[in-house]
Amino acid sequence: MNTSKNPSMTEVVTRTNGSGGAAILSAAVGSFALAILALVGDKSAAVKSSLVFYKPTGPLSGVTDIALLIWLALWIVLEMRWCKKGVALGPICIASFVLLGLSFLLTFPPIVDIF
Amino acid sequence: MEVTLRSFWTFVHGMGFGMLYLMACSGAFVGLYHFTTSPTPSETSAGKQRFLTIYLLTMVVLAWVAVLTGAYVIYPWYRAAPPLGTTDLAMFPQRLLMSSPTTIGWHSLGMEWKEHVAWFTPISITMVAFVFIQYGRDLKNHRQLRTAVLCFAVASFVSAGISGFFGAMINKNAPVQGGQTIHLSGGEQK
Repeated sequence: MNTSKNPSMTEVVTRTNGSGGAAILSAAVGSFALAILALVGDKSAAVKSSLVFYKPTGPLSGVTDIALLIWLALWIVLEMRWCKKGVALGPICIASFVLLGLSFLLTFPPIVDIF
Repeated sequence: MEVTLRSFWTFVHGMGFGMLYLMACSGAFVGLYHFTTSPTPSETSAGKQRFLTIYLLTMVVLAWVAVLTGAYVIYPWYRAAPPLGTTDLAMFPQRLLMSSPTTIGWHSLGMEWKEHVAWFTPISITMVAFVFIQYGRDLKNHRQLRTAVLCFAVASFVSAGISGFFGAMINKNAPVQGGQTIHLSGGEQK
């Protein structure tokens, strides 16, 4: 009798949700950090000039480089802390959706002009 | 038939990477939703999981290459400052758009939004691909995780759509041009 199982029929071992929660929250925080940096750079000439990491691209280079660093650093930290844990994903998802929504709004120029 | 080097790179950035990414989004939505909700084991076979993994990784590469070429190759040409006394602004798209009240909005709203919102695309799709690779079929057991992944995939599509729309309209009103001329074909008179 053949006892080997079809790979598609094998039972899936349920993983903890910590790793997924870390990826979702860090992506949202990274996007929000980008929006905040863009907003602050737009409002302050001093910050704007300090964000010029690569002159041809201007302040956009600093805004994106710092935001990407925040995203990746937070992701690594959360992954290390949560990868084997179960986390309360509901609040994490809600916070992430709010941050992502705010990121879209805070990069929209008519809203930036309100501040 | 000729094209300038800057026009060529703009074409590669917008049509090659950006448009291809946008077209891939519908396949990713259907694939992710179907794979993570289907009750039939044959619909979530290892082969299908491998295919969707490669599909998502290709989207990740497209998204990153699109924003990096946009920010570090084309944007410097777009925002180049003309020397004092320049009257012909054709080679300086940002200044050309800003020189007329009928086109300034393409810069002050279009480019100002596009240059930032575009980055949400690679960040979101990288997260989506990572979670899919990590969990695969197990996403069926994590309803909230699955919902978040699908929402971020939609967010990546929306941000790519905003960037693509404004990119196309800006390039229509003030094309990035100049640089070395690439000769494509001689053509013939009819």
